[in-house]
Amino acid sequence: MALLGPNGAGKSTLLDIVLGLQGPDRGAVQVCGLAPVQAVAAGHIGAMLQQGAPIGFLRVRELVAMMAALYPRPRPVDEVLELLELDDLARRSTERLSGGQAQRLRAACILVTGADLLVLDEPTVGLDVESRRGFWSAVRVALHEGATVVFATHYLDEADANADRVVLLAGGRVVADGPATEIRARAATRTIRLTLPRVEVAGLAALDGVVAAERHGDTVTIAASDADRVVRRLLAEHLDARDLEVRVGGLEEAFLALTGEGLESGGEAEGPGRARRMRKVA
Amino acid sequence: MNGTYLRFELLRTVRNRRLFVFSLGMPLLLYGLIALPNRHETLGGIPFATYYMVGMMSWGATTAVLAGGGRIAVERTLGWSRQLRTTPLRPSVYLASKVAAGYVMALASMVVLAGVGVASGVELSAGAWTRMVGLTLVGLVPFATLGIAFGHVLHLDSLGPVLGGTTAVFAILGGVWGPVADSGWLHQVGLALPSYWLVQSGRVAVAGQLWPARGWLVVGAWTAALAVLASAAYRRDTKRA
Repeated sequence: MALLGPNGAGKSTLLDIVLGLQGPDRGAVQVCGLAPVQAVAAGHIGAMLQQGAPIGFLRVRELVAMMAALYPRPRPVDEVLELLELDDLARRSTERLSGGQAQRLRAACILVTGADLLVLDEPTVGLDVESRRGFWSAVRVALHEGATVVFATHYLDEADANADRVVLLAGGRVVADGPATEIRARAATRTIRLTLPRVEVAGLAALDGVVAAERHGDTVTIAASDADRVVRRLLAEHLDARDLEVRVGGLEEAFLALTGEGLESGGEAEGPGRARRMRKVA
Repeated sequence: MNGTYLRFELLRTVRNRRLFVFSLGMPLLLYGLIALPNRHETLGGIPFATYYMVGMMSWGATTAVLAGGGRIAVERTLGWSRQLRTTPLRPSVYLASKVAAGYVMALASMVVLAGVGVASGVELSAGAWTRMVGLTLVGLVPFATLGIAFGHVLHLDSLGPVLGGTTAVFAILGGVWGPVADSGWLHQVGLALPSYWLVQSGRVAVAGQLWPARGWLVVGAWTAALAVLASAAYRRDTKRA
C-alpha cells in the first residue's frame, strides 16, 4: 500500500502514529489488532524510517544479524543478504557503502525481521531513478509471504508501480483511497471553476465526465475527467454561468480543491520541483 | 536481556578506538609522567604510585562510563534511537547495554593501569585489590547514570566539551591528581562528591577498610538524584508528542 501525498501532507506523522512514536491527538489506532506500542513490542512491525544512517563499527552482516536478534520470528540472515545482493558486501563496514548499497542494507534490516507489517517512510528519497527501480525490485524479490508493505512517497509513478492500493493524503486528511489504477485515472483530472448560482451540486456531480463537484457560495468547483465535454454542456445549459476557469491540475491540486483547501493555498505550499512533477503527471 | 544485541554493542564499543584515547591513553600518559618519577614518595597518606594509580583509574573509568551513556547522543543524531524504538527491544535493555559498554571500557583501562602500577612498584594485598576495585565499580554508578542523562539531553556538538569538563571538575575536586585540601571548605566540597570517594577507595583499601558511612551516603545520594535526572531526560527525549 502506498501513502501518497505532497510534503507536509501528514504521511510521516501518520506512520509515526502507526509505529507508536507519536500518539494521535484524537481517536485510536490499532495495528495487527493491538495498540501500536504493543504491536511494536510483539515484533509485528518492521520499520525503515526516513532518517537513519546505519550505525558504525559494524559489518553489513553483523548489523543485519543484530536486527534479526531483536525480533521473535526473524528470517535467516544469509538468505536475506543474498536476496538483496548484499552477500558480497557481508564483511564490509557499514560506513563504507554507496547510497544505493546503504539503502539495500536498510531494506535488509527490515526484511530480516520477518514482521507482518513493514513500514517504509520515503524509502527511495534521494536515490536516482535507476537505484529506485533496483531498490523496489530487490524488495519485491525478498518480500516474504504474508507481509504487508506500507510505504510513503511523493512520487506518483512509484506508488503506481509498486502498490496495489494507494491512499492519497493532503493536509492531514485522506482525500482518495483506491486501487492504483483508479488513482491514476483521477490524476488526469482537470479542475473547472465557475460562478454558477442556483444549480444543485448533486446534478452537476452526476454529469458525464465529472468526478466530483462542490459549491462554495456562488462558486462551483468541479473535478472533471473530461473537461471539454463538461464545459460545453455547462455553457450550453446555464446561460448565467460566468468566470469560467479550467486548470490542468495534478493529482494533489485537484483533491486539494475538492477538500476545500483552495488551489491557491495548495499551490503556494509547493516548491518549484513539485510543480514540475505535477505538470508531468497531469 | 538480549544476548546477541549486547554482544554486538560491546563489539562496537571495543572497535571504536577513539573512545579509549581519553579513558585509557590520557590516564596512562599522566601516570607515566607524574607517578613514575615520584614513585618513592607518599601522597595522601599512602605510597605515591598507589594513590596515583587509583586516581588515574577513577579518572579513566569515570570518562569511560560517561562516554558509554554519551553514545546515546550519537545514536540519537543518526536516527538509530528512533529506529530501535520501532523494534521489540526494551528501552531498559538499550540503556543497560550502554552502561555495560561503559563498564567494559572502564574495566579495560583499570586492568591496563593496574598492570602498569604493579610493574612500577604498587604493592597491594589481594584483599586490598578486591576492595579497591569493588568500591571503584560501585563509585562509578552515579557517573554511568549521569552519562545516560547527558546522552538524552546533549547535542553532538556539545558532547565532547561537556563530558570532558564534567570529568575534569569532578576529578580535580575529588583529588584525582592529589588531595586538593585537607581541611576547609574545599575539603568539605570534596567530601560531598562521588569522585572523592572513588579516589579514596585506594586509601581505605590499603587500610583494610571499606568507605565510611559518609562515603556510601554520598555515592547513594548522587546515584538517586542523577537517576531522577536521567529518567526525566529519557522521558523528555522519547515523549510521544
